Amino acid sequence: MSEADWLALLTTLKLSAVTTVALLILGTPIAWWLSRTRNCFAVAVEAVVALPLVLPPTVLGFYMLVALGPNGPIGGTLIALGWHHLAFTFTGLVIASILYSLPFMVQPLKDAFAAVGERMNEAAATLRAGPWDRFFSIVVPLSRRGFFTAITLTFAHTVGEFGVVLMVGGNIPGETRVLSIAIYDHAEAMDYASAHVLAGGLLAASFMLLFMVYLLNRRYHVVHV
Amino acid sequence: MNPDTLRARFRLAHPGFELDVDLNLPGRGVTALFGPSGSGKTTLLRLIAGLSRTPEGYFAMKGELWQDGAKFMPPHKRPLGYVFQEASLFPHLSARGNLEYGMKRSAERLSALELEHVIDLLGIGKLLDRKPHQLSGGERQRVAIARALAVKPRILLMDEPLAALDLKRKHEILPYLERLHDELEIPVLYVSHAPDEVARLADHIVVLESGRVVAQGPLIDTLARVDLPIRLGEDAGVVLDAVVVERDADWHLTRVAFAGGAFWTRDGGHGVGQHVRVRVLARDVSLALHPSQDSSILNVLPATVEALAEGEHPALAHVRLRVGQSPLLARLTRRSADALGLAPGKPVYAQVKAVALVG
Repeated sequence: MSEADWLALLTTLKLSAVTTVALLILGTPIAWWLSRTRNCFAVAVEAVVALPLVLPPTVLGFYMLVALGPNGPIGGTLIALGWHHLAFTFTGLVIASILYSLPFMVQPLKDAFAAVGERMNEAAATLRAGPWDRFFSIVVPLSRRGFFTAITLTFAHTVGEFGVVLMVGGNIPGETRVLSIAIYDHAEAMDYASAHVLAGGLLAASFMLLFMVYLLNRRYHVVHV
Repeated sequence: MNPDTLRARFRLAHPGFELDVDLNLPGRGVTALFGPSGSGKTTLLRLIAGLSRTPEGYFAMKGELWQDGAKFMPPHKRPLGYVFQEASLFPHLSARGNLEYGMKRSAERLSALELEHVIDLLGIGKLLDRKPHQLSGGERQRVAIARALAVKPRILLMDEPLAALDLKRKHEILPYLERLHDELEIPVLYVSHAPDEVARLADHIVVLESGRVVAQGPLIDTLARVDLPIRLGEDAGVVLDAVVVERDADWHLTRVAFAGGAFWTRDGGHGVGQHVRVRVLARDVSLALHPSQDSSILNVLPATVEALAEGEHPALAHVRLRVGQSPLLARLTRRSADALGLAPGKPVYAQVKAVALVG
């Protein structure tokens, strides 16, 4: 592997890690709220969260590029405040990745929270536990499988993104050049040997990750009584 | 606000269901919230616990306000213990972990001795290191009751704790509940639709129907009301406090005396002098104008007719009798009542076919 490829791998891992942590913080409350709310607004939010599953990544990437760029509402505001716009930056990439991988964090967590059930929460309330206490002492441990699935899928999905990165991030080594872009470059340059190394590695790593998710999901069967 | 009673006033209107109760409940003993499913008894219990909420709610616990129009104390701040229909133990914690969950968070500290007492009371000493899925349904429910007591509550709320169990498990738990009844100093609100549980465990009863209170009062007096049997149907009957006065080893019989008379009944293993509760169902009491000499019925008691009422079927009548100081209910056909010329004040002989010792 060339030094540029190592750098792309590092950028990919950094992007995936930051995105996963950010989504854990952002997605958990959204999933909790969705698991306990049954109104029209919640259904709409759920649909918006699931949009990246069906939209071509280039559509999401296009809108993100427009929004984060110098003339967009976000990028433009940042410039007006004396900062830099976010198109073709690592930060812009993180923001786009968060949106792109949102369903992979929110849906497993939502299902896990719903499976814990309101009764456990009520039992904890009658045992003097306040809302935050209940969440961390009962809901989180009983949803550990959901957290594991959500974190792994989010990380893996971010590693695998291409279209959004291409639109928002471009191809700046050390900043926005990730593995999928590097593979694309190698293939374009007819350097199939290098493309094979990265593509094969990504394939093997992704398989191992998913294999672990399904294995653990099968093994830890939480019994509810 | 009375410092000795619980005051509960709740109004709640959902489409198809309305609850409107205004209760003054005793601050001691077991009060049964009794009624058919859909009568609102569980809803009432949840409102008292703060698990459900209605704008028109008021609850004061022995002079301490838990909620009114302006104030609402969230459930985790209320000094109560709650037992759900299903044990609802935390599956990731052992039985001990479940007990300690509430103990750690409770402002009222349970001493080691008191904890041991709770564990003994429910017979769960050997189960403490097991996870909930390693316990039987009855064991889980006992741990759940212990867990509710381990927070040192000032009131215990129980929502049909036996309803999810089969008959065998029920009989496994009932003795423990009777011990609670005898030993607990705090008031207990016990939701049930099973008359046999109420007869065994309750001191007071609140009868709910379609979200309204149709009767309430001390168990013995309330069960003897003639207007209630219609609602209780086959289960109509009285409960009497009695004491074992004689045991006949040859025939395996026990004689229990109550205020006004005595019954022979099957020996239940109770020692002479022991206090028991007996339950006499209205359908097991027939009436005669003269004591019959050649009947199979052992228990024939002189009684006076106090009141008559229609039964649940147009053919049936319920008759309230007085035997000494104690009430008794009889169910007969209206034709028989007419043939005997029953009317308030008339002396009769009550023939009691079956008497059940209920703890």
